[in-house]
Amino acid sequence: MGLPPYATTPQRIWYYSFRVICALIFIFLITPIIVVMPLSFNAENFFTFTPEMLRLDPDGYSLKHYQDFFTNNEWQRSLKNSLIIAPFATLISVSLGTLAAIGLSQSHVPFKGTIMAILISPMIVPLIISATGMFFFYSTLGNWLETTLGLDKNFVGYVKVILAHSVLGIPFVIITVTATLVGFDRSLTRAAANMGANPVTTFFRVQMPLILPGVISGGLFAFITSFDEVVVVLFVGSAGQKTLPWQMFTGLREQISPTILAVATLLVGISIILLTVVELLRRRSERLRGIVES
Amino acid sequence: MSNALNQDAENGPVMAADGTPLKRSLARALRRQKGRALLLIAPLLIFVLVTFIVPIGSMLFRSVENDIVANTLPDTVQRLASWDATSGELPAEGVYEAMYYDLFVAAEAKRHTRLGSRLNYEESGISSLFRQSGRKIDDLAKDATKALESAVPAFKDGETWYALMNAGNDEANSGLLSAMRGRIGRLNDSSASGDMDFAPSALMADILPLTTRSYTEWAVYEATEEGRDPATRDPWELVPLALLQELKTADLSGLTGTRAELLTQAQAVNFDIPPYSEVLADIDPEWGTILPWETIQTHSSKYTAGYFLNAVDAQKTPEGYAWQPEDKQILLKLFGRTLIMSMIITCSCILLGYPVAWLLANLPTAKANLLMILVLLPFWTSLLVRTSAWKVMLQQQGVINDVLVWLGLVDDANRLIMINNQFGTIVAMTHILLPFMILPMYSVMQTVPPSYLRAAKSLGATNWTAFWRVYFPQSIPGIGAGSILVFILSIGYYITPEIVGGTKGVFISNRIAYHISSSLNWGLAAALGSILLAVVLLLYWCYDRIVGIDNVKLG
Repeated sequence: MGLPPYATTPQRIWYYSFRVICALIFIFLITPIIVVMPLSFNAENFFTFTPEMLRLDPDGYSLKHYQDFFTNNEWQRSLKNSLIIAPFATLISVSLGTLAAIGLSQSHVPFKGTIMAILISPMIVPLIISATGMFFFYSTLGNWLETTLGLDKNFVGYVKVILAHSVLGIPFVIITVTATLVGFDRSLTRAAANMGANPVTTFFRVQMPLILPGVISGGLFAFITSFDEVVVVLFVGSAGQKTLPWQMFTGLREQISPTILAVATLLVGISIILLTVVELLRRRSERLRGIVES
Repeated sequence: MSNALNQDAENGPVMAADGTPLKRSLARALRRQKGRALLLIAPLLIFVLVTFIVPIGSMLFRSVENDIVANTLPDTVQRLASWDATSGELPAEGVYEAMYYDLFVAAEAKRHTRLGSRLNYEESGISSLFRQSGRKIDDLAKDATKALESAVPAFKDGETWYALMNAGNDEANSGLLSAMRGRIGRLNDSSASGDMDFAPSALMADILPLTTRSYTEWAVYEATEEGRDPATRDPWELVPLALLQELKTADLSGLTGTRAELLTQAQAVNFDIPPYSEVLADIDPEWGTILPWETIQTHSSKYTAGYFLNAVDAQKTPEGYAWQPEDKQILLKLFGRTLIMSMIITCSCILLGYPVAWLLANLPTAKANLLMILVLLPFWTSLLVRTSAWKVMLQQQGVINDVLVWLGLVDDANRLIMINNQFGTIVAMTHILLPFMILPMYSVMQTVPPSYLRAAKSLGATNWTAFWRVYFPQSIPGIGAGSILVFILSIGYYITPEIVGGTKGVFISNRIAYHISSSLNWGLAAALGSILLAVVLLLYWCYDRIVGIDNVKLG
């Protein structure tokens, strides 16, 4: 990869210009994410760097957009909604998804291809189509829950969005957990059974600890899918279930307020944490399954 | 193993420990294993089928469903069936009469505007005809009611009507009742199955069929839709009108008691009913032309290809299929634009992704992992964060324009317009989808042994030849996988075009959302969605053939 000492001038030029091109592409990738951070500390309600900011004058910076985010009722309510909906949706996708992934990884599953295609489909079908389909389905279901079972309207609203989001998270759980199960040594469960463990004990004491990294990273994907989702919640939810992305979306479309940049910065922080966790889990999983890091 | 089994067949089948033949025992074990696997999958499969696949299927079914015309004007549609639109003659008087009665009921149920907007998708301007007619349709019926009630005051009382029409101890016409339940239910998209005591008298249905039918329609509507008891309420003005009309020719000799008395009195009322063709033409002269009848007849079938035709800028006309007028042809253009912009986005992703993937695959692991973070961080960052970042950067008063002005490349007065157009959508979406291109490319390039390149070079190839003839062909699967993935994702994108696309940079998804939430033309939205889904599934099938869904890697 390094430049050999005998390289000719054109080769040298190409070598360096290639590096420059790659650097520019990396800049393209990362700039939008970097740019929002300093702008979120803007003392003015502008979306650009003010002269004070460029002079690094402390007066040009302030935490007022963050203050707005943490004190404004609407933002707080949407944050709360996101923090209610995403974990429950994740819980449903992870529990059902893990069971199904274990079932799918058995050796004799009839119609495996079809089942896999159906379970992966929420990831493939364009969101707008899923959202409209679910819109009609959940409005009927919601009416039924409210009138026939007499449930609270707000509660039904949450149930609708949580169920809709858990479907969207399922493909991610299926994919990550089946990937972990590919390297899973079946003789371990047989050994456990041999020593007298029942299937439930075998699952929780032998299989689960080994596939846990896959389950957790699938869960994180499901979580971020729900936490970041806006199209489906726009169609299925009502104003009471306004989530953080929904609030950002309306903010971007209508009264654009710099508070969005403060939220964006916080979300970038969250994604850095998630990225680190997933990466650590991946390494741990490979170590556990005995795949040597190349 | 089967060989061993066959050999042993001469000495009888091989037995398992419990004495059953081994073959059967194995088959049973296999069945149990299959059953257990399916049992584990079943909860999720049912969940996805019920809350995802079936709803999408039924939504897409709306693209061919067209029962609104026949449900709102059942009689009219039936009678209009035998009319020949090309004859140049207006429909028969009976059609006009059926239309008057159907439209009256529809207007009472406030369903006529819905029909109007449905037909308006096919023939602009027809919705105002229905709105207008719905407002004025009861004029004639009101006059008839006034005439009847002033001559026979007993008819002012709802109970009189009920006693007249209800079967009570007589024979009831249950067929008529269930038919009217069906009609009102279909009109209101409900089941119209609530409890009611009323049953139309079979005798009255024989003598005064139209009046009994109208009264039954009203009674069913009153009891099931409004939840009121028809026994004490006044019927629609339509019922007195029907009564006066029928009494002109009816034979009342079969009746006795109060009924005979009341109806004989009513028969004496002198109320002139003009032909219904004149009545409707008075309400709106357009009823005196062929056009509305032609439109109703053309679109009266239960299923229609009309929405799909609309989705490709065509329409169904009485003469067959035709293109929409020039100024309404926007959807094919939008499909084209969606495809072209998705291709541009895919190509820019290939151009930007290939060098990066190559660099990542060829750097030492430690360095590559570090640079990988720069790819994965955008991948993990909220879509809305990235979209808002691009909105901030691309604005006329935004970061990029500021930098360009500061560098002196652009005049302060003519800052570049980079947002709310196609450029904005392409830049923002290329950025958002680039990780989906880099990751599959990278995983393929990692598998290409570097020794191949060295071998090519030592055999005398130049750097370029070695790359183009040896390395590039082996990296094509990565390009293919990444391209299909990016293309599938971009063709159905909604959020980013909605925010940075303005009017010129939007995709077909945005149009679908518009028809679902603003114009409420759900049939057209479903047709557009079906076409989009068909394209995506086709591409997905290709993806599955090339890469395999099992090989999708995340992170």
